[in-house]
Amino acid sequence: MPFREGPLGDLKVPLTWTAAVALIVAAVIAVAFLLADRRETLQEQAYGVTRQTVDVVAKPVSGAIAAPGRWTGLGLDFVRSYFFTASENRRLKTELAEMRQWRDRALALQDQNERFKSLMGLRTDPPIPMATARVVSDSRGPFANTRLADAGSEKGIVVGNPALNERGLVGRVVGVSNGVSRVLLLTDIASRTPVMIDRTNARAILTGDGGPNPKLEYLRGVDPIQQGDRVVTSGDGGVVPRGLPVGAAVKGLDGRWRVVLFADQSSIDFIRILLFKDFAQLANEKELQAKTLPPVTTEDPQTSILSVPTPAPTPAAPATTTPSAQPKPPTAAAPKPAQPKPAAAAPAPTGTPQ
Amino acid sequence: MSMSGGRALNPGRWLGVPMLLCVVATILFAAPIRIWGLQLPEPVFAMVPAFAWAMIRPSILAPFALLILGLFLDIFWGGPTGLWGLSLLVAYAMVLILRNAMTGQSRPMMWAWFAGVTAVTMVAGFLFTMLDSLAMPSLLAVFWQFLVTALLFPFAHRLVDRFEDADVRFR
Repeated sequence: MPFREGPLGDLKVPLTWTAAVALIVAAVIAVAFLLADRRETLQEQAYGVTRQTVDVVAKPVSGAIAAPGRWTGLGLDFVRSYFFTASENRRLKTELAEMRQWRDRALALQDQNERFKSLMGLRTDPPIPMATARVVSDSRGPFANTRLADAGSEKGIVVGNPALNERGLVGRVVGVSNGVSRVLLLTDIASRTPVMIDRTNARAILTGDGGPNPKLEYLRGVDPIQQGDRVVTSGDGGVVPRGLPVGAAVKGLDGRWRVVLFADQSSIDFIRILLFKDFAQLANEKELQAKTLPPVTTEDPQTSILSVPTPAPTPAAPATTTPSAQPKPPTAAAPKPAQPKPAAAAPAPTGTPQ
Repeated sequence: MSMSGGRALNPGRWLGVPMLLCVVATILFAAPIRIWGLQLPEPVFAMVPAFAWAMIRPSILAPFALLILGLFLDIFWGGPTGLWGLSLLVAYAMVLILRNAMTGQSRPMMWAWFAGVTAVTMVAGFLFTMLDSLAMPSLLAVFWQFLVTALLFPFAHRLVDRFEDADVRFR
């Protein structure tokens, strides 16, 4: 029996009321979505399949839309370089002369640095591989600051990888699919990056707020920062490698220290994604997974420093006892360096720390 | 569907087409273009249907269409899921409650109403973000987005004008 012919067929519900009920249901669904969202955790699991699917679809669409803009920019650059060749040439010559001095100084410092490293036996971090990607979409609102890059899991990119452009740190990867990855910018409200002031080594947390200049929070120390100080990543927590350039410190209108990002000074077309997960990858994994472990010696409980010292052994004691079981008298424990005893007369106890 | 000799308005025309246009405009304005160091603005195009749909008439489908539009914005922009869905529904509810006071007013006055509703939506988004991320967004960034969104009123006005009297059942 059709509904209209039934007993409820004449029932007329006011449209405003039905619309209000629909509105409430939709609002409840939206609240449920918001409560279930775990975006701020920046974990791989928080980036759901829906977001990955939308990213995969959005990549070619946004890429096609961005292409005319990119071509226009390239065309304008070409025209500008054509008309301003002479002035640009003069500027470049001046810059080249200045750079030659810097090159000589850099080579000298590099040489000195290498010598110091070899003298100290310093283990430096190995170079980190990176993947280059083109930005196809860019969100700039107060509540979300992200970019969509056209390189994904096929290039080895994983969630957490830091992203840079030619000037400095841009952000970190929060979602990866095949062929596309989502980069959370330093300016996003969910972004927290451990940084330090290059001049003073003072630590701080770079906190995004949706504006162009993120805040420096938890800044510690006496007079740790000055206007124009260079801010770099500290590497604390293993989120990003140490020493990546971030920006310059400025005092905001609200009296808080903020950072003018170096990354904003250049084009946003291309980014480099460092395939850096954490500090574990900087160690030699083969050495860590070695089957043969180095010999481990433990302290003899009978000769513990907490136990009562045993009397000095007699000269006629059997030679089969271990050296550690026969503590020498204080005079024998600290021989004069100028009179070393022969090895046969006083054999060094094996296994004791050298 | 025929009713009283007239023709009912297809929801695809007054809900579907504006929704699609909002999606296209949002994708267009997300292009990474920078001219003389300045980026494109990022207006919330979905404010246009949120305002106009409630002005045209109460509807069961419109809140769900706004919810879908809001979810698209959240996922496409990479923000918290549900943020813009909820904020747009706040705008829709506000207009639905005040539509009797708004109807028939002059164009500048309607523009002021649109700006007011946009401001309430941005404040709602601000508060929801504070609760979700436990951090305060930049007020200046919120203001800029409000400003560029408030400039979209002509599109909302056109949508209201086009469909306010289009359905014979509501004449």
